Amino acid sequence: MGIERLAERVNADPAIVRWGREMNDTFMLEIGDTQYLVTVRAGRIDRVEKGPFVMRSWRFAVRASAECWERFWRSPPAPGWHDLFALLRRGEVKFEGDERVLWAYLLYLKLALERLRQ
Amino acid sequence: MIEPIAGRYARIALDGRPHRIYYEEAGAGIALLCLHTAGSDSRQYRAVLNDPPILKNYRVVAFDMPWHGKSSPPAGWQRDEPYRLTTASYTRMVMTIARELKLERPVVMGCSIGGRIVLHLGLEHARELRALIGLQSAAYVERYYDASWMDHAEVHGGRAAGGLAYGLMSPLSPDEQRWETVWHYMQGGPGVFSGDLHFYQVEGDIRGRIGAIDTKLCPLYMLTGEYDYSASPRDTEAAAARIPGAKVTIMKGLGHFPMSENPEAFLAYLRPVLDEIRARE
Repeated sequence: MGIERLAERVNADPAIVRWGREMNDTFMLEIGDTQYLVTVRAGRIDRVEKGPFVMRSWRFAVRASAECWERFWRSPPAPGWHDLFALLRRGEVKFEGDERVLWAYLLYLKLALERLRQ
Repeated sequence: MIEPIAGRYARIALDGRPHRIYYEEAGAGIALLCLHTAGSDSRQYRAVLNDPPILKNYRVVAFDMPWHGKSSPPAGWQRDEPYRLTTASYTRMVMTIARELKLERPVVMGCSIGGRIVLHLGLEHARELRALIGLQSAAYVERYYDASWMDHAEVHGGRAAGGLAYGLMSPLSPDEQRWETVWHYMQGGPGVFSGDLHFYQVEGDIRGRIGAIDTKLCPLYMLTGEYDYSASPRDTEAAAARIPGAKVTIMKGLGHFPMSENPEAFLAYLRPVLDEIRARE
């Protein structure tokens, strides 16, 4: 998966960065057994760190299987696999943590994660 | 270039309170009343209202529900209970507006919440309507997220609603039309989208009753975009399986807002339905 390219892709796209410009937080992205901590500074992806983590905090977590993310990141994605809330409706993704921040940056989060589509 | 659409305001009492309802219309012939989705407005039907083959045979009318678009809430809203759409108020709204605008036995086409209310109209008002077209029509959608976050002081409601609407569309729909659709959502007033979803996800469950819809009295067409995960093709097909005579079309490459997110593709599905309705009489 191209998670290591998240910063490069998002930061180069002002039409995504603008929706996260007030966001200064770290969220967890779980791809199967592998955890990543994504730190956002003013809408730019500051860093993506790969776990395992012993003792780190995050604002919210987005967890799904590796197969689920693989389908989500296909281009074009199949119906029902094309959006974070589509994954939620089918029970393929779990959100945890501070739901308020997730909702505040929902559009940013969707656009940023979609940017990894090939 | 000036479009054929004309906009007007109608002073109409709904549930005993005066309202000022904004509506747009174009064309002449059979009345086609269009119902927008939760948290949006009549601009979603801009392409239908601009389509010459449809306008030749149909008087197309689309109104903004109270609280939406250019239709304000009723006076005194600031002291009311928070806005919540219900089956009864929505049904009365559609039938009252049809009567006040002198739409004689109209075809009613609604999307999402509108696709749900056409099923109720089929049960309660079949004899007064020429045909029903449900877009993204499902008998019920169980709540799978907490919509109240979209009406919260620490979440920007416009951005959150835009984010929700964005993903309900097909990734194959053209950017220009998708982001126009997102913009309508970003303009909604506080609590309006979630107030509509009260009908869609809580109160307006029609699963137990749809078998009684008589499509001989009033034909029912159900058109659903394949990328919709809110009212999914499976949800539409499950509802249609219980309504004898309901005609289902799954629209390739479209999502939850077919008329707005990809007008050209949608019109190719809609025109033959409208031709068929016209040919019946």
